[in-house]
Amino acid sequence: MYSTTYHRVSSVDEAVKLLGDCDEAALLSGGQTLLPTMKARLAAPSDLIDLGRIDALKGISVDGRSVKIGAGTTHAEIHASKEIAAVCPGLHEMTGVLGDPAVRHMGTLGGSLANNDPAADYPAAILALDATIHTSKREIEAGQFLVGLFETALEDDEIITAVSFEAPERSGYEKFRNPASRYAMCGVFVAKSAETVRVGVTGAGGDGAFRWEAAEEALAQRFEASALEGLSLDPSEMLGDLHGSPEYRANLVRVMAKRALAKA
Amino acid sequence: MGIEGIGARVARKEDKRFITGKGRYVDDMVVPGMKFAAFVRSPHAHAKINGIDTSAAEGMPGVIGILNGKQISEDGIGDLICGWMIHSKDGSPMNMGRWRPLAEDRVRYVGDAVAVVVADSKARARDAADAVVVDYEELPAVTGAVDALKDGAPQIHPEAENNLIFDWELGNGEETDEALKNAAHITEMKIVNNRLIPNAMETRAALGVYNAAEDHYTCWTTSQNPHVARLVMSAFYNVAPENKLRIIAPDVGGGFGSKIYIYPEEIVCLWASKRTGVPVKWVADRTEAFLADAHGRDHVTTVKLATDADHKVTGLKVDTVANLGAYMSLFSSATPTYLYASLLSGQYAFPAVHANVRTAYTNTAPVDAYRGAGRPEATYVVERIMETAARELGLSPAEFRRKNFVREFPHQTPVIMNYDTGDFDASLDAALKEADYEGFPARKAEAEKRGMKRGIGMSCYIEACGIAPSKAVGSLGAGVGLWESAEVRVNAVGTIEVLTGSHSHGQGHETTFAQLVSGRIGVPIDSISIVHGDTDKVQMGMGTYGSRSGAVGMSAIAKALDKVEAKAKKIAAHQLEADENDIVIEDGTLKVAGTDRSLAWNEVTLAAYTGHNLPDGMEPGLKEGAFYDPQNFTFPAGCYICEVEVDPETGRTEIIQFVAADDFGTIINPTIVEGQVHGGIAQGIGQAMLEGCLYDAESGQLVTASYQDYCMPRADDLPSFKVSTTETPCTSNPLGIKGCGEAGAIGSPPAFMNALTDAVGHNDLTMPATPQSVWAAINGTTPDAFA
Repeated sequence: MYSTTYHRVSSVDEAVKLLGDCDEAALLSGGQTLLPTMKARLAAPSDLIDLGRIDALKGISVDGRSVKIGAGTTHAEIHASKEIAAVCPGLHEMTGVLGDPAVRHMGTLGGSLANNDPAADYPAAILALDATIHTSKREIEAGQFLVGLFETALEDDEIITAVSFEAPERSGYEKFRNPASRYAMCGVFVAKSAETVRVGVTGAGGDGAFRWEAAEEALAQRFEASALEGLSLDPSEMLGDLHGSPEYRANLVRVMAKRALAKA
Repeated sequence: MGIEGIGARVARKEDKRFITGKGRYVDDMVVPGMKFAAFVRSPHAHAKINGIDTSAAEGMPGVIGILNGKQISEDGIGDLICGWMIHSKDGSPMNMGRWRPLAEDRVRYVGDAVAVVVADSKARARDAADAVVVDYEELPAVTGAVDALKDGAPQIHPEAENNLIFDWELGNGEETDEALKNAAHITEMKIVNNRLIPNAMETRAALGVYNAAEDHYTCWTTSQNPHVARLVMSAFYNVAPENKLRIIAPDVGGGFGSKIYIYPEEIVCLWASKRTGVPVKWVADRTEAFLADAHGRDHVTTVKLATDADHKVTGLKVDTVANLGAYMSLFSSATPTYLYASLLSGQYAFPAVHANVRTAYTNTAPVDAYRGAGRPEATYVVERIMETAARELGLSPAEFRRKNFVREFPHQTPVIMNYDTGDFDASLDAALKEADYEGFPARKAEAEKRGMKRGIGMSCYIEACGIAPSKAVGSLGAGVGLWESAEVRVNAVGTIEVLTGSHSHGQGHETTFAQLVSGRIGVPIDSISIVHGDTDKVQMGMGTYGSRSGAVGMSAIAKALDKVEAKAKKIAAHQLEADENDIVIEDGTLKVAGTDRSLAWNEVTLAAYTGHNLPDGMEPGLKEGAFYDPQNFTFPAGCYICEVEVDPETGRTEIIQFVAADDFGTIINPTIVEGQVHGGIAQGIGQAMLEGCLYDAESGQLVTASYQDYCMPRADDLPSFKVSTTETPCTSNPLGIKGCGEAGAIGSPPAFMNALTDAVGHNDLTMPATPQSVWAAINGTTPDAFA
């Protein structure tokens, strides 16, 4: 690890100000991606701004079917929330299988979203849940927030503060892990509201998480696994690597969608 | 035997310090004035070095010295050696290229060490190493052994034309060809044994300390055989003569073979300590471990099995190309030859076996012995083709094997080995019963109803441990003898220290070796200490690998105990006025048999040291040493049965059950043996299902250089193993021990692959059988990255 200067802040405003003042600062939340990257000398931020002590970023509120989760809330806290489990079983399920226990207890919603790893779980969820990303500056729709591989709509001095969504009637998540890294090689989040069905896919898309619109249309007609028979994805739009070719991933999306549906 | 003697399930003495984080590893060692080394390593697979510019790095904070290959040559440090001479079938000696501790004019794999920076902190050493500018002229690279042997391939060493190191053979070729000619059926397969990266929990490390006042060197290092390290560093690398070089291998966190060898880094740390005048410590980070530890396996084989009309095997013909990497590591030549081809007869009475092995240099990390060392490769060939032949012939795989089992012992195979004892029916029967083999069709039908594909497969392995009679290995080209030594030091109060040339790096010697002594003398294991891993404390020894510490190391202790007991009996007989032949040692007492006259063990040991009342002419003291040279290899054998279920939609394979029935001869501690079997099977399943080492064929970059891509087995990849043992004691050593350290890793890959290919319905699968490749095998679509 290269040397860096550590700052602990107590408010979002203070963090935003420091971001402007520092040379090449990085925001530290749960540190489950950033710290290993720094240890491997693949990242060398001049300053680390620790958001971990900002109370305003923590907590879950559920009002009827309206859900708002602070960006600093850990995956384990979301998973443990009885209210989340009641209104959005898919998110409850997803936060229980995200990473490993250390990641779930240290890593945060905001930290994961800001990194937008193409193999992370949340991108599938926020797309399917039609979530709104609240930042220190504005509100951004999930579809606009996710720009590409490790890329988001966040500006340099912008910090995620919360995520909100209306809980769907039914939701489910299923993923297939990369055998080595255990990241999602394909994760599918299915959410059914009164009028629409949304299907968010992570780990498989060449440009990051995406909505599988053909599946959404088919499931809006008939919300059952058989509606997905005969549907396929174009492998040329899929990611390919050592562990999963584009063709394999295209297959996994359909299989995981069926299994997510079975849970929803 | 006592409650802590041989056969007792004693909890491991060493676990308290390991489990509570109080182990003392090389990285825990701190000496005054200690500084830190960081290596500059080649980013290219093959390149000429046109120059090294250290000007920017030299001025960086904390830098004490930057040393390179030219300087290490100037100081007369020798080439790294391969300690086993193999001759090609035309009689010529192997074509060995030079391996310098720091590359001087050419780098030959990604990770090849070029220079070393010594600085006052690890981070500063790394920073300065990153600032060293090496002028590389890139050359074409080749990573696969088959490609390396082709005409026109990039040439890696001038000494090895076409990268061929040797072209060697073993067995009765003419008889084998005759068997193939007259066969009723021939089964033929191409078999790839995938390359693996060892990944011991503790990475390699060295701390070199040169004491100028005494002209003496000390090296703490992660070694499985510190005396061999001292011998090689003295005799070949000219680091220092043996009396001025102390090697200490303290607690070592796993080796699996990768810590047998003497690598450039420990030589450089010692040499750099003299050059810079400060103690120099280096601890590999995980990336360095991936790049520069000796890798394992990497064979490409074609094999033919001939059977007659009665389904008896009449011949086995094997042609193997083995990848030895960029340099010949210490025992790299022995692994794909005498440790491999000599096991190709398996558990079977094959009348004819012939193996041809060609080895090649490639632009990859050196390849050497890794848990099993040649025997997993042999077992994989034999057990995959036995299962395949049975399927082709429409026979039960169990009965086809049974038909060909060796049943008379000793049995001379066509490939050197002489099996002393075994009962292969017993382990097969035990495994079939435990696995409910008969009930498999019903289980398969039930799985089919759920849309799942079930398969069952077995492996009847035999391997060779307890390496080995020194005269025999000497005649086969080994540069060393493979005996072991022990010294039993009895203290005046009756407590005992056992000094052993074996080295424990996870095996539990501090417990099992003490159990042997406790069983013999009758003192508790808490009164017995096992001393190992320090060349200043322990007499010459050969170390731990090849499951030899029980069969060879403990046999040496037994021999030393014989001498201790004989002297103690003489003292007791003298004091009890009895004949020494009437003295028996039981439960910590020396008794005159058939009487109530006795002396406590500590009364006799005290007498030995007071010297007040000893037989005339007897020297005081009670301390004896012994060297034990084995009479033969030992032959652990067993039967493994694996049952899998494949999800055809994703290619994910779940291991439903894994049964192991092993014959290890005499067992010292069943709990430790079970642990060895569990770990071995996990490693074998890792090879078969998860672990694939991949170099990019064009650039020679190691693609699987971290745990993001190199898949180690985790607990949830594995079932709860069903392990049991049958016991036919080894006849060639005094304890009847065969060895258990590698069997799991040897026997399990073919059992898994036989089960998986049974489930999938065809043989077109290679290790590691990842979900993607299994899915592709079922659907016939995607090429597999690892294939």
